[in-house]
Amino acid sequence: MEEKKDDNISAMCTVAVGEAGKTGDWRSVRPVIDRKKCIPSLKNKSACFLCWLYCPEGVVKPGIPVEIDLEYCKGCGICAEECPPRAISMVREDKINE
Amino acid sequence: MHEVIWHGRGGQGVVVAAHVLAEAAYLEGFKGVTSAPTFGPERRGAPLTASTRIADNPIRTFSQIELADITVVLDDSLFGVVDILGKVKKGGMVIINTAKPAETFNIPAGFNLATVDAANVSLKQHLIKEGAPVVNTPMLGAFAKAAGMVSLENLEKALRSKLSREAIFKNFAAVKAAYEVTITREKRNS
Amino acid sequence: MSNVQIMTGNQAAALGAKLCNVEVVAAYPITPQSQLSEILSQYVESGELKAEYVRVEGEHSALTVCISASTVGARVFTATSANGLLYMHEQLHWAAGSRLPIVMCCVNRGVGAPWTIFNDQQDSLAQRDTGWMQIYCRNNQEILDTVIQAYRIAEAVYCPVMVCYDGFVLSHTMMPVDIPDAADVKAFLPPYKPHTILSPDDPRNLNPVLFPGQRRDSEGVLRDGYMEMRYKLQAALDKAPETIRSANTAFAEAFGRNHGGMLWEYHANDADLIIVGMGSLASEATAAADILRAEGIKAGVVGIRVYRPFPKEDVRDVFRNAKAVVIFEKSISYGYEGGLCSDLKAAFYGTNIKAPIHGYIAGLGGRDVKARELVAAAKDSLASFDRGMVEPKTTWLSTFTG
Repeated sequence: MEEKKDDNISAMCTVAVGEAGKTGDWRSVRPVIDRKKCIPSLKNKSACFLCWLYCPEGVVKPGIPVEIDLEYCKGCGICAEECPPRAISMVREDKINE
Repeated sequence: MHEVIWHGRGGQGVVVAAHVLAEAAYLEGFKGVTSAPTFGPERRGAPLTASTRIADNPIRTFSQIELADITVVLDDSLFGVVDILGKVKKGGMVIINTAKPAETFNIPAGFNLATVDAANVSLKQHLIKEGAPVVNTPMLGAFAKAAGMVSLENLEKALRSKLSREAIFKNFAAVKAAYEVTITREKRNS
Repeated sequence: MSNVQIMTGNQAAALGAKLCNVEVVAAYPITPQSQLSEILSQYVESGELKAEYVRVEGEHSALTVCISASTVGARVFTATSANGLLYMHEQLHWAAGSRLPIVMCCVNRGVGAPWTIFNDQQDSLAQRDTGWMQIYCRNNQEILDTVIQAYRIAEAVYCPVMVCYDGFVLSHTMMPVDIPDAADVKAFLPPYKPHTILSPDDPRNLNPVLFPGQRRDSEGVLRDGYMEMRYKLQAALDKAPETIRSANTAFAEAFGRNHGGMLWEYHANDADLIIVGMGSLASEATAAADILRAEGIKAGVVGIRVYRPFPKEDVRDVFRNAKAVVIFEKSISYGYEGGLCSDLKAAFYGTNIKAPIHGYIAGLGGRDVKARELVAAAKDSLASFDRGMVEPKTTWLSTFTG
């Protein structure tokens, strides 16, 4: 099969999830949410969502409960740093099942 | 090609006069006309010049005129301030707006000379702008009388493209009046 | 039916943009361009031109507005001079790299320091390597006509065009200009079809970071790397001379005025001595050639109309019989020589054109250049050539200092 050439005359791409590949592979520490401390889960209300606001990768889904797309989460830890009730902890990937 | 330098002071309208002459000359049938101000900043009251070139064919030279065939002086106080005769060709023409007798200026006999009291012409026509009589348009009438090349009819048409309706009437009246009272002196071989 | 009016170069440029029905204008006033941006804002204010006039706080923003508007499909116009153009420099690269058919007038002025408001061509020449096409105009008719041609060229090549004309010498000098009929311009200039349109229904990421190599996108298409994308810009400019020549020919057929495609000639065909220049200086050189011919020296003039893309094939053809070449430039590549001089020498390399070449730097910062000075310089060059010099040192015309 012939390879499809880039026929754009200036650099552009369609907006897509994972444009840079499955960045979840890069992660060495994983955000784990304690639902007993997480404000939306605790109050059963759309509230707080600072993790969603601060996530530089846009992988936090602001629902009840809050979910993180681990396929693309790079494990930067910003959500854990910003979480007011300290509901998110960063757990080493190799210790996840312990 | 006829090269014309206009001498005046900032605010007297040399740029407009140079332009109206170019416009009238084009209407007269000259294919090549240009008009240009002195390049750079313009200040009210400061001596400045503008220029007009008139030729049968389109003009290809845009450098500044070194020696004019015809020079028009809107303000006689400029004699002694700028070297007016130094920028006119030998045998060229000098047209001066002045209330003084022509002899006052000691123009050598080798130049054609024309004088007109343009300020007086404008005062009679009540052609006053910002407290001073308008001198640029009457000097166009003096130019038509002394140098030819443009008719009064085409000067009027050219003024139409620059001025408001009531201004055209007064200005053209001044052009015609100045044409009538301009005094010319032929050059003599000295 | 001709409609001739006596006007300045700035008025001619503004009329050209109006006749092309530009949709967005963003310009910041600077001497000697100011009158041009003032006239355009009057057109928009009065409704004569149905365009958006975006007031900006500087030239960098002026071009950024044009880039954004062009990206979403508007025909745009801007203009500047000298340090304003230098302030745009970063966005010049951005416009060309994004392949946007922006047309800009550069009203040529010398750059500071020392400060000057007067004419030379250092400003646009310093933007030579930004990917913009550059066209130099020799009179006000050519300014109006070139703005119209520039949109046709830019929108066919998908590259921006800089229409350059000399500040004050043309921008503030009035001369007769035949104004084309709006309907004829419309027929000459097809509507702009953008290659990118940003729309909420079809979201795209424009100008993302490209990597040194090619890379597969999320849909599996192998996307070009930085170098491939830059190659496409060069390839487009390599082919652009065909578009520029045909736009000129089509314009001549439609409007009866031929300004030359990539360059123009004045008695160059049988000339022993060819004088070269760009813009109003080249026009002055035609008066010098007349004087030289009257004195028995067979002189001609080649006006370089398009400086980028460089008219390599065209100059090889027109100089094939030249016995002596004298170049006058209103800019210099400091530390070497005039850029046009270098480019001409390079174009002759490997050909049978072995004429001696003398480069002059002239008219910087508004220094008046008169035909008689060009005549005297050309005679000096001929004398040097007769003494066997093939490449005399670059001479600064009428420049006297310790």
